[in-house]
Amino acid sequence: MTESTFTENYDVIVVGAGHAGCEAALAAARLGLETIVFTVSINSVALMPCNPNIGGSSKGHLVREIDALGGEMGKNIDRTYIQSKMLNVSKGPAVHSLRAQADKAEYSRQMRMVLENQDHLTLKQAEVCELIVEDNSVKGVKIFTGGTYYSKAVVLCTGTYLRARCLCGEAITYTGPNGLMAADHLTQSLIDNGIEMFRFKTGTPARIDRRSIDFSKMEEQKGDEKVVPFSFSTDPASLTREQVSCYLTYTNERTHEIIRENLDRSPLYSGVIEGTGPRYCPSIEDKVVRFPDKNRHQLFVEPEGLSTNEMYISGMSSSLPEDVQKLMYRTVPGLENCKIVRNAYAIEYDCINPIQLKHTLEFRNIRGLFSGGQFNGSSGYEEAGAQGLVAGINAAMYCLGKDYLTVDRSEGYIGVLIDDLVTKETHEPYRMMTSRSEYRLLLRQDNADLRLRRKGYEVGLISEEQYLALLQKERLINDEIQRLKTTYVGSNSKVQSFMNDINSSQLKSGSPLSELICRPELDYFSIAPIDENRPDLPDDVCEQVNINIKYEGYIERQKRQVEAFKKLESKRLSEDIDYSLIKGLRLEAASKLNMYKPVSIGQASRISGVSPADVSVLLVYLENDRRKNV
Amino acid sequence: MKKDTIAAIATGMTPSGIGIIRVSGEDAFSIASSVFLKKNNEKLSEYEDHKAYYGYIHDKDGILDEVILLVFKGPNSFTGEDTVEIQCHGGILLMQRILELCISSGARAAEPGEFTKRAFLNGKMDLSEAEAVMDLISSKNDLAIRNSARQISGSLFEKISSVRKKILHELAYIESALDDPEHYELDGYPEVLSEKLLEMLRILEKLSDSFDDGRMLSEGVRTVIIGKPNVGKSSLLNILSGSERAIVTEIAGTTRDTIEEKIFLGGIMLHVTDTAGIRESDDPVEKIGVDKALAAAGDADLIIMVIDSSEVLSCEDEEILAFIRKNRKKCVILLNKSDKGKVIGPDEIACYTSDPVIVISAKEETGIDELKKYITDNFASGYIKYNDEIFITNARQKEALSEAVDSLLRVARSITEKLPEDFYTIDLTAAYESLGHIIGQDLEDDIINEIFDRFCMGK
Repeated sequence: MTESTFTENYDVIVVGAGHAGCEAALAAARLGLETIVFTVSINSVALMPCNPNIGGSSKGHLVREIDALGGEMGKNIDRTYIQSKMLNVSKGPAVHSLRAQADKAEYSRQMRMVLENQDHLTLKQAEVCELIVEDNSVKGVKIFTGGTYYSKAVVLCTGTYLRARCLCGEAITYTGPNGLMAADHLTQSLIDNGIEMFRFKTGTPARIDRRSIDFSKMEEQKGDEKVVPFSFSTDPASLTREQVSCYLTYTNERTHEIIRENLDRSPLYSGVIEGTGPRYCPSIEDKVVRFPDKNRHQLFVEPEGLSTNEMYISGMSSSLPEDVQKLMYRTVPGLENCKIVRNAYAIEYDCINPIQLKHTLEFRNIRGLFSGGQFNGSSGYEEAGAQGLVAGINAAMYCLGKDYLTVDRSEGYIGVLIDDLVTKETHEPYRMMTSRSEYRLLLRQDNADLRLRRKGYEVGLISEEQYLALLQKERLINDEIQRLKTTYVGSNSKVQSFMNDINSSQLKSGSPLSELICRPELDYFSIAPIDENRPDLPDDVCEQVNINIKYEGYIERQKRQVEAFKKLESKRLSEDIDYSLIKGLRLEAASKLNMYKPVSIGQASRISGVSPADVSVLLVYLENDRRKNV
Repeated sequence: MKKDTIAAIATGMTPSGIGIIRVSGEDAFSIASSVFLKKNNEKLSEYEDHKAYYGYIHDKDGILDEVILLVFKGPNSFTGEDTVEIQCHGGILLMQRILELCISSGARAAEPGEFTKRAFLNGKMDLSEAEAVMDLISSKNDLAIRNSARQISGSLFEKISSVRKKILHELAYIESALDDPEHYELDGYPEVLSEKLLEMLRILEKLSDSFDDGRMLSEGVRTVIIGKPNVGKSSLLNILSGSERAIVTEIAGTTRDTIEEKIFLGGIMLHVTDTAGIRESDDPVEKIGVDKALAAAGDADLIIMVIDSSEVLSCEDEEILAFIRKNRKKCVILLNKSDKGKVIGPDEIACYTSDPVIVISAKEETGIDELKKYITDNFASGYIKYNDEIFITNARQKEALSEAVDSLLRVARSITEKLPEDFYTIDLTAAYESLGHIIGQDLEDDIINEIFDRFCMGK
């Protein structure tokens, strides 16, 4: 390393300008903090090195929540989508999920422009190689070219770049994604500061030249006619872009044969790969080995953008050698003559054991040090963006001496994501799923603004105007629900003939409109003809009214569960407790509790190895402590 | 939703003069009102603090017992909450029945040490007692976990596990389809699930019946009565169960080979298997019976061997004695038919084994007290304490089972009401968790693991 006396001062330093780093840097700068964000390559701002889409099941929820809190991801995909779909529309509102295909290059370029034009924000190309920590507080970073940057807070969002290596069969390159430079120096500095590291692995499929694909052998997948924006601030009417298609095709027994014959050349099976890979996005060789009975696997062929011929082959990530890849891709209908532009590869990288973090995403043992994204053991652009936003906001709050932002499990998927990361043992890159949320019916993508805008306003990322609009929306929803519960329709001939027309059973006596909405075959929209004094309300208000009335029973049930949950969350545990000294705790529980240092009885109860009896013991301990201090 | 009023049997589970069922929490009085009638058959509407009421406990079929109801208003009670104590006659079945009645009226079975925990949390106990309370909670829980593990018979465990596995599979399927809708479809799925629910409900309802007669519990000293045919095994069993009979159940379908009974003897629950007589046989069916008898004896805590003392030892007797010596189980040898002419005595047996020998007459019921004393001396210390927890655990398990049934019924209702598929997961998960409580297993990451294990996901 070069010796240099060159120094600069900032409030917040963000290391990495991927999806986490961009949100972190923008949040801190927008809150008025002098912020610098480092990236190993200025061309890789908000890079999408894997799938060319944003959102999808539960991930779409995260993007909505990022937007509700004042983040950028939703706005950026609204600017750059080339196809959009609301998934699961035939299912309940809790699992409706928005997914958009992005023009990757455009997504990156637009985000970079936002960063470049943001006040208080500096974008710099450099590899951060050392963390400066004094008295358990972070002081800044050093970069490889020699400069020293001091700051009050540092946010680490290094993605998959730390000591990255890419594997394609026997060929191994020591680079980050897309052949970008890896960051090889920072890990040692982190270890020296007592941070526990993990090594994870993930992978990506090949990109194929569009001109070499026979789409006539595939099934075309179009976008929705009516596009719903991700951002609550985007006007739906402004989204009139022409959309491009994706295509569906399948692997077959021949593909699988080739894979089986060449398994010994896969670094995954020959033992070359050390990192732990995710079960939710297995490589094609994994799928063939683990599901031998499936004689075909589904593949989606997705455009990478409007200004490129590259197509992403979703469902077929691999670390097999390139000669095998060429053979196996060519067995797929439509890909018989395909030309591979970029090979599929697996990538290994360093990340941390996230149980070292608090819910604020600050390290428990180093003040002012925050982190987000794949560095924290997660995977996915949306998971990264969500954590980056929370880490960036809290780095700012730390500098400003203000209250931290936390989201709990009953408030958002962001809360579930972070609580899982800091509370559960991580054995693989963590991906969001709706089944991870116990209050999924309350955490819908349609009400993210109602759940989280207030928090965004309190930290200062949501404007007064947006906040007032939220209050107005809440008022309209409540008023309309009240009206429907107290407006009765009689069993007159007009109503009965209407019921007849829509195949719903006749009314026996007068009934509030809300009860009609609850009928399986009816909803708020369909009963409009017999709701004579209905006010003219915005679409999003109507949607809330409908969902809240139609599913009231279940929603109320989950709300009661949330109350019980909040009770346990509000029983706070101090970080200084030495659990090995508490009589009655089982040994396993005491050691787990000492390791995780939960902030509340609620979190303690979610740690694997802590039993209900241990929770009872903790409650008695807390009460004892409280009375001693009275 | 977890109910907040708790109930438990406060006295030990040994048969005694008076039994106490304690109910504590905000609904204590309303629960009492629904199970208790005053002497004049009226409901109690006013609850005066520290007052005793005389009357009846009744269920929908009528009066169960004459009881005294003690009322303690919070904070002037042990727990600091509204509390009633039902003092009933001390029969075990009766206490259990009253506890279950309180549970079905809105209470839940108390967790081990929970009354004490509440007393402490509500400021009814001194600070100096905190450590003792924490110790009590953990030791009682340890005991309860050990007990429930012992209590669940292999077949109950298997049935619950198999239903849980089915539920988990459905959950994972639905979740996979929600997570990856372009890969897994739910078209026509509600109808398929309906069928599967019926099957699950059938299994659970059968289990629920067997909980009632205690058939599935394997608590107590596993005891096997063994001997060649016609030495008086069955009459012995009748005497034992007739004197202090608690629960008697015949296991259907197994009567040809073995009969199982639960017998209370000197405060100890014996889980008695009466085996088919052992006789060297070429008849294949009978041969199976003999093998079963020996297998049952191999699993037993206590073997009672019955010998006809009016005849010389046969080769079958010798074979059994050899088996006993080889297996080194706790064993007592009964020389029956002492009323008839005595051909063999304890000295002859001593040549084969050093196990105690008792001379009895099943016909004249002599020697039975000696047998009881032997059992009490040998098993009381280890088992009486353990019996205390049995029925409360049983009540907890029964409650969990009925919650599981309710949850599955709600899924069925969601299907008829044409709710979207993701709503099914709410109650399926609840059912899965309830069943888990019975066999001591948590939800943890089961669903996610099942999704990844069974369904091929991802890009």
